[in-house]
Amino acid sequence: MSWSDFFPYLLVMAGVTYLIRMLPLTVFRREIRSVFVKSFLHYVPYAVLGAMTFPDVLYSTDSLWTALAGLVVAIIMAWRGRSLLTVAIGACLAVAAAQGVMLLL
Amino acid sequence: MNRLFLKGVKHGIPIALGYLSVSFTFGMKAVGDGLTWAQAVLISMTNVTSAGQFAGLPLMLAQASLIEAALTQFIINLRYALMGVSLSQKLDRSMTTPHRMCFSFCNTDEIFAVASSQPEKVSKWYLYGLMSTPWLGWALGTLLGAVAGQLLPVFFRSALGIAIYGMFLAIILPPARREHPVRVVVLIAVGLSLCFRYIPGLNQLSSGFVIIICAVVASTMGALLFPVKEDEA
Repeated sequence: MSWSDFFPYLLVMAGVTYLIRMLPLTVFRREIRSVFVKSFLHYVPYAVLGAMTFPDVLYSTDSLWTALAGLVVAIIMAWRGRSLLTVAIGACLAVAAAQGVMLLL
Repeated sequence: MNRLFLKGVKHGIPIALGYLSVSFTFGMKAVGDGLTWAQAVLISMTNVTSAGQFAGLPLMLAQASLIEAALTQFIINLRYALMGVSLSQKLDRSMTTPHRMCFSFCNTDEIFAVASSQPEKVSKWYLYGLMSTPWLGWALGTLLGAVAGQLLPVFFRSALGIAIYGMFLAIILPPARREHPVRVVVLIAVGLSLCFRYIPGLNQLSSGFVIIICAVVASTMGALLFPVKEDEA
């Protein structure tokens, strides 16, 4: 991608992300009162990550079957409360194992 | 000063290790999709947000409108605003306005989680230590993925592609297991996301707007159905 096409996106993405992080921590020092706004903000991360994960996770590897293997292992490990790193590695290993099995078949 | 800084650095090491694998995937994907290695590393050094960067990449490459790119980052990263408000209650008096402006640049989910879990108020030196290792890990992983990712056999690249989703699941599933409302919100968001992918007509919408719509609808329903009581959020 050419630098002239690239820079506007870089500035917009970095700028928006920085302002969202910086303004509440720096300028806005009082607590949010609205129960609705607080609740909305509380649920946002889970909704975002849920929508980003499904169905994209199914297409994140070379085939649907290996992705499914990785997904199942990740769900089980995450449900049991394993750390971010452990779940990420576990999912990768499950995909690698599934790929190995598919090569043998 | 040194003792607190080192304590922060130490607390940041596990985060940095986690970031290495995810940012490696980002660097590999960015270069595979058409960015140069320097562009990929520059994005990671200035954004430091996994979900935002992965969502921004296709928008950049498709030359989507800058408004869509800005809105996507806004919605995906809106959670940082809540974290910022929450963390502002934990800062000690050394965190004056300029230091708040410097530190907030690197206030990621994991750094926020570790800082908030400290029993005492946190100082500027601790926070600077805490942000340094993960930031380096995030940039270094991107560089390695961008430069060496394409050298890896397809076998490994394919397996690494799922790493980011493993990390996302590790963030959402434990609270979804504990809290019924979170479970409902996640299911609504996932259901909507599936509709936008597979229903003809609806699947014309670009990925950035789909995430925005899913997040706003699911979170609004969550806030209406299950308002969060004081001290819970």
